[in-house]
Amino acid sequence: MSEPTTTLTTPDPAAVKAEMLKIYPAKTLKKRSKQIVINEPEAPPEVGANSRTIPGIITQRGCTYAGCRGVVLGPIYDILQITHGPVGCGFYAWLSRRNLVRPPEGTTNYLQYCMNTDMQEDQIIFGGEKKLKQAIREAYDIFKPKAIAILATCPVGLIGDDIHTVARQMKEELGINVMAFSCEGYKGVSQSAGHHIANNGVFKHIIGLDDTPDAGEFTMNILGEYNIGGDAWEIDTLLRKCGIHVTSTLSGDVSYDQVKKAHTVMLNGVMCHRSINYIAEMMEKKFGIPWIKVNFIGAEATAKTLRKIARYFESKKLADRVEEVIAQELLALKPVREEIKARHQGKKAALFVGGSRAHHYQDLFRDLGMEIVSAGYEFAHRDDYEGRRVLPTIKVDADSRNIEELHVEADPLRFKPTRTPEQITALQSGGFSFKDYEGMMVEMKKNTLVIDDISHHEMEKLIELYKPDIIGSGIKDKFVIEKMGVPCKQLHSYDYSGPYAAFGGAVNFYREVDRMLTTKVWKYIVPPWEKDPQHSAELIHASKINGGKKNGESKGWRKPAVADAEGV
Amino acid sequence: MRKIAIYGKGGIGKSTTTQNTVAGLAEMGKKIMVVGCDPKADSTRLLLGGLSQRSVLDTLREEGEDVELSDIRNGGFCNTLCVESGGPEPGVGCAGRGIITSINMLEQLGAYDASENLDYVFYDVLGDVVCGGFAMPIRDGKAEEIYIVCSGEMMAMYAANNICKGILKFAQSGKVRLGGLICNSRKVDNEKEMIQQFAILLGTQMIHFVPRDNDVQRAEINRKTVIEWNKECPQADEYRSLAKAIDRNTNFVIPKPLPIPALEKLLMDYGLYN
Repeated sequence: MSEPTTTLTTPDPAAVKAEMLKIYPAKTLKKRSKQIVINEPEAPPEVGANSRTIPGIITQRGCTYAGCRGVVLGPIYDILQITHGPVGCGFYAWLSRRNLVRPPEGTTNYLQYCMNTDMQEDQIIFGGEKKLKQAIREAYDIFKPKAIAILATCPVGLIGDDIHTVARQMKEELGINVMAFSCEGYKGVSQSAGHHIANNGVFKHIIGLDDTPDAGEFTMNILGEYNIGGDAWEIDTLLRKCGIHVTSTLSGDVSYDQVKKAHTVMLNGVMCHRSINYIAEMMEKKFGIPWIKVNFIGAEATAKTLRKIARYFESKKLADRVEEVIAQELLALKPVREEIKARHQGKKAALFVGGSRAHHYQDLFRDLGMEIVSAGYEFAHRDDYEGRRVLPTIKVDADSRNIEELHVEADPLRFKPTRTPEQITALQSGGFSFKDYEGMMVEMKKNTLVIDDISHHEMEKLIELYKPDIIGSGIKDKFVIEKMGVPCKQLHSYDYSGPYAAFGGAVNFYREVDRMLTTKVWKYIVPPWEKDPQHSAELIHASKINGGKKNGESKGWRKPAVADAEGV
Repeated sequence: MRKIAIYGKGGIGKSTTTQNTVAGLAEMGKKIMVVGCDPKADSTRLLLGGLSQRSVLDTLREEGEDVELSDIRNGGFCNTLCVESGGPEPGVGCAGRGIITSINMLEQLGAYDASENLDYVFYDVLGDVVCGGFAMPIRDGKAEEIYIVCSGEMMAMYAANNICKGILKFAQSGKVRLGGLICNSRKVDNEKEMIQQFAILLGTQMIHFVPRDNDVQRAEINRKTVIEWNKECPQADEYRSLAKAIDRNTNFVIPKPLPIPALEKLLMDYGLYN
């Protein structure tokens, strides 16, 4: 912090990688070295993604239940969602992720509720099915919801409560849709498994229940958009300006009824590929709706996406309108962008978040002329890094096999593609890509460092060696990063701001980045070890091994003696 | 107070042997508590003259926190104290967790306190050690002596060997030791000699050979231990001998479970396949 900022002198990534790894014991080193790769955009190297986290590295990841309840299913605001399990797991049932909603007057909104069966020892021993039924009846009597979802936590799977039978019985008894999700926290290597389970359930139990299409010349769904800080509203408004109607946003400010008719649209746009590609794929197979990858994060990315959508619909009128809107929006955006860009061009950012955000937010930083020195996902799979073309080569391991793959066939009556195969082929031969995601790495510069499931230690090393000006991450490491004097933007929840999507959101983000990078607060922070160099800390086990003797060299992080003993 | 757990293959006669032995010890004037650790709650039927009306877990469910020792503990034959842990119906919930809860409850209520003046606590544990819950009696020093009921049948010996593996695991970190094998005869050829040899190989002893006698079934039909039903019959003396052997026993070991080929060889040597 004391030395002058050395912008654009990027260190050698191989040396950084070696420095990050050298502290690890042999086995950890071997595994982590597959998850830290040096980018080669022409031919991205294989990333050891979606593998088990090594205990102790301090992961950013969440559990399967969090992925199902907290990410995909949670934001559907009028499904009454009951967490079956002990009350602690119920905390996640209280959506704290800033999925905003504004339900129309007179409709129900359960988002601010936290429903839980409060499973106790008695239910663990004797089974919790009775209490679950009682909870469902009680919830129904009070709220009369259109649909109820049951979400399993770890103990439910351990003791074998049959929540699917309970759901079936309660569906008959109450005459409303009751569905169960076996999303026990331990089921996968990360929350990613929970996304898949939620996708399966939403597809099986909701999509297709209502065949009435929304009115609109051009209709589509936005999949994998969670309306954090109002992102979905920005996208919705923008598309409406262009003349495109969004039937259903999965899952952001969306109602049960909207999800029921998601299959009546002409096109699916996939934002977060990781969390929702399953539904996109299944809808294409069953209803013939093609999907394309979209990205509304960043002004350039948004313009590109709008043009792509217009091209799909092959309407001159729409294409012209889209150009008009882009021109209009950019006119307002450009002065702000240029002003901020002038201050921050060439600064360095790093992104470690999510399953698509670490990719999408690169576009926003690029808008400002900033450089991405390193990026990585928290729970993504290889296809999100290297692109869908590696799908056939991804090894299906025991952890992925644990999650059900639905077998989907074309619906005999409702498989109605709105584009003929000839139209599709014509588009494709013109360079239009359907159901494709090229992944993060092709868009990142050569020799940038890609780090999957980053550990705290690697984050510290990264900050030390790359000296990034800003990091986009999540709540689990935000304050560790900020204590090291680097501003950190939470890209799960956007801290307290947003929206950041589309053109209006991009402006918000530029201003936020500007604020974070120009604030003087970091200059006033003096870490305790600089105020009082005598105030030293020592690793407990290191001092034990030294027979309790004070080690002379006590300042800063040292390799633990244990790692030495194991031999690296 | 000696803390004893009885393990063995399902259906081998653990509950019957335990209760009949306890009757023998009680007859000698010992004060004994029997804790049934089987969700079926039928481990104290012979001592009580019928199935226990309320298990610990049932009481806990119905009464909530406000449970007294007298609510869950019943007096049985010859001043024995009988407790049934109880548990869920087959196929639901977690019986293992139930055992843990119930033993903790007994401790909290002071069932093991010195003021109870117990000479013995017997834990009668269901079938094999299937999960952590069923290992509860041998964890944390709840039980310190184990007796395994077995017969000369291969699967019973196989189960006994497996139980020894469990004991070995907990013996290394705690005080639990194997006190011996109780052979509950199935009239297999060379049974006594084979089990004696099996015990030696495991590093323990066959503490008693209980012959097969239909009087056991007759007593059971009358909901009684053999000693209570007909204290003169020869089988009653067998249980008295077993009770004395246990009372006098000082041979407590960490078992050496056999590798499967060694176990099979034993069966061959003793003529199962002649």
